[in-house]
Amino acid sequence: MATIMSFRTCPTTGLRVERSAERLIKANAVIAVVFLAIGGLFGLLVALTRWPAVHFLPADWFYLALTAHGIDVLLVWIIFFEMAVLYFASAVLLNSRIALPWLAWTGFGLMLVGAITVNVAVLQGQSTVMFTSYVPMMASQSFYLGIILFAVGALCGCVVFFGTLVVARRERTYQGSIPLVTFGALTAAIIAVFTIASGAIILVPTWLWSLGIVNHIDPIVYKTIWWGMGHSSQQINVSAHVAVWYAIAAMVFGAKPISEKVSRMAFLMYILFLQLASAHHMLVEPGFSAEWKIFNTSYAMYLAVLGSMVHGMTVPGSIEAAQRRRGYTKGFFEWLRKAPWGNPAFSGMFMSLVFFGFIGGISGVVMGTEQINLIMHNTLYVPGHFHGTVVAGTTLAFMAITYLLVPLIFRRELRMKKLAQWQPYVFGIGVAGISLFMMGAGTLGVSRRHWDMTFADAQLPFDYPAAAFMMMGLNGLFAVLAAVGGVMFIVVVVGSVFFGRKLADDEKPAYPPAPPTATVAQYGSEPEMRIPGTTLLVGVFFIAFVLYYFVNWKYLSEVWPLS
Amino acid sequence: MAITPPEQRIWWKERIARVELYWIVIAFLWGLTMFFMMIYWHGAGEQNLSSEAYRIKPQQFSQKTQEMIDAYTVRQEGMYPVVHPPPGSDVYLIARLWQWWPILELEKDQSYRLHLSSMDWQHGFSLQPVNINVQVHPDYEMVITIKPDQAGEFGVVCNEFCGIGHHTMVGKLYVVERSQGD
Ligand code: HEM
Ligand SMILES: [Cu+2]
Ligand SMILES: [Cu+2]
Repeated sequence: MATIMSFRTCPTTGLRVERSAERLIKANAVIAVVFLAIGGLFGLLVALTRWPAVHFLPADWFYLALTAHGIDVLLVWIIFFEMAVLYFASAVLLNSRIALPWLAWTGFGLMLVGAITVNVAVLQGQSTVMFTSYVPMMASQSFYLGIILFAVGALCGCVVFFGTLVVARRERTYQGSIPLVTFGALTAAIIAVFTIASGAIILVPTWLWSLGIVNHIDPIVYKTIWWGMGHSSQQINVSAHVAVWYAIAAMVFGAKPISEKVSRMAFLMYILFLQLASAHHMLVEPGFSAEWKIFNTSYAMYLAVLGSMVHGMTVPGSIEAAQRRRGYTKGFFEWLRKAPWGNPAFSGMFMSLVFFGFIGGISGVVMGTEQINLIMHNTLYVPGHFHGTVVAGTTLAFMAITYLLVPLIFRRELRMKKLAQWQPYVFGIGVAGISLFMMGAGTLGVSRRHWDMTFADAQLPFDYPAAAFMMMGLNGLFAVLAAVGGVMFIVVVVGSVFFGRKLADDEKPAYPPAPPTATVAQYGSEPEMRIPGTTLLVGVFFIAFVLYYFVNWKYLSEVWPLS
Repeated sequence: MAITPPEQRIWWKERIARVELYWIVIAFLWGLTMFFMMIYWHGAGEQNLSSEAYRIKPQQFSQKTQEMIDAYTVRQEGMYPVVHPPPGSDVYLIARLWQWWPILELEKDQSYRLHLSSMDWQHGFSLQPVNINVQVHPDYEMVITIKPDQAGEFGVVCNEFCGIGHHTMVGKLYVVERSQGD
């Protein structure tokens, strides 16, 4: 059998990298970054409009830009990048060829066509329905069609991923079990299949409805199933970015998971306790019983949250252990102080971890509490929360690993190193700011998806408190900071990928510094492992979580009695 | 490393480090606490959203609202009737492009059964500055029993995107001290 395959050997890791897998990773990552740039620009325009002193866009453009922003970043950027992560975690990490490359390219094409179709639909102005497209508000049919095409393309990518796992196993390209990062990617891919199925169940009928073939879509049924897609896709993001955290910890520190078992079980929790019912988006909708809401938001024990809390310890814990091995053993935090804060892969990853936990994670659990949702639903608290998860968490993690992919996969030397060094800080702090200030404004009642918080054109007057206006001003400032960080990322990445010096095939990249290879021995079977610094950090996190949780019950108790 | 196969093929038989185990136990107990907190609030708390809801057609809902308006309008504010229904009664609020209709006037510390439904798209009932936020759907009538415990003038902002006039959709709700003679 003559298969046309060519491999190169990575000089840094010794892994065999198939050229066609490499091309797929590059293509998906490049398109992802293009849409991050477009979507990010829309985000900036939206934030400038919500800055009362600037109030940049007119109303129709604001809602249009907001729709485009949600789609381009949440859907297109993240999922294209996840395809790159899937191919990397399967073909590259397993030393394997990629299965069904033609299907992978078909998927890529469908996703691209889908993304362009949706964008055109939105820009034509007939599909300003927000990315959630709640019925009975109707978009043009090409809007739904574009999303469907995109989803089918993503499904192809998942099939290729599973196929590659099978090929690698059959061809024995690795020894033993799959690596943890691949395991995390597998989690993401399994959840993706479920997600896309939910999406199909609801979007296909909705598309037919927009074509006039189906005549009614029930708004509550729509919303319940739509969030079966919308919520589980967030679980894909979490699995993917946690896998990326582990990958960066391994590549920068040579860190090993404290125990493979615990980390893998934590990933498994995401699959098993994926909130099928998308319940926490339905907490203030008519007609759902309290039992249904309580059970489905928590599955009685919050086990998916448990999974994330476990990763929150095991990821920094593995870094601490690796650093202590290397002799950074003083006090609680020498390992952290002496970490490579100038390496954007590390600084981005670590900020992603901290912000995801403290901002996105805590606020998400609080907001998803059956009764507390009442004081937050559809306020700016909601976008505040998910900019903590999906931007400060996922996006920042993906940016961080890009700094490693540029030399390892694109085989280019990173350019503008100073800019790269600062980028995660500028972006991270900007995003942490917009998350917190939107949450603040939401706590004061300010509506999300809203063009004019002064209500100048309303028939009846209402004034939000002055503090809310201050929050939105600060939000605008930090949005500009985040946008600057986003531009820095794009400049560095585009500059390096297209104009960076090509690395010779056997050349180890000098920057970011190569990981100290395999100096770190076993942890799993160590008799005693000390990670006091991480323990302390986790303790602080836990206290913050508990306090903030109960503070919100207190806020709730001050609201009018209702039943 | 996390990017290489685990050293022990049978990773699920590995020992768990003690710190990890403690953290898992603590996080698990915290999960249980949060679960029981929601149940506890159903008994001890005063803010529990009702699950009472009915299917209804927009015309029927607007008819019921009109009956309330006809019976209890006490004054006019611009184009809006201000309606003061008796304490304990069923009160109706229509959400439509781009109005909350009519203006309700309630009495402090009295309970009302507030019915909400939309005539067209989805809207968001956001009572400010109290900060009660509930989704309003067409074809569904949601019934919430509320008991205002402060007097004053409140805004009803729409916080679900409902088209180009969304940001103009503001309603009003009054809460007054108990009327004399009760
Ligand atoms: C420069 C960076 C960014 C800025 C300044 C920004 C700002 C904003 C603002 C101000 C809103 C509108 C809140 C509202 O009025 O309801 C928003 C919404 C949103 N953002 Fe971002 N954002 C940025 C990046 C991102 C990224 C990277 C993602 C996803 C990965 C993201 C996902 C979303 C989503 C899903 C919405 C909700 C749209 C909707 O309500 O339909 N944002 N963003
Ligand atoms: Cu509305
Ligand atoms: Cu609205």
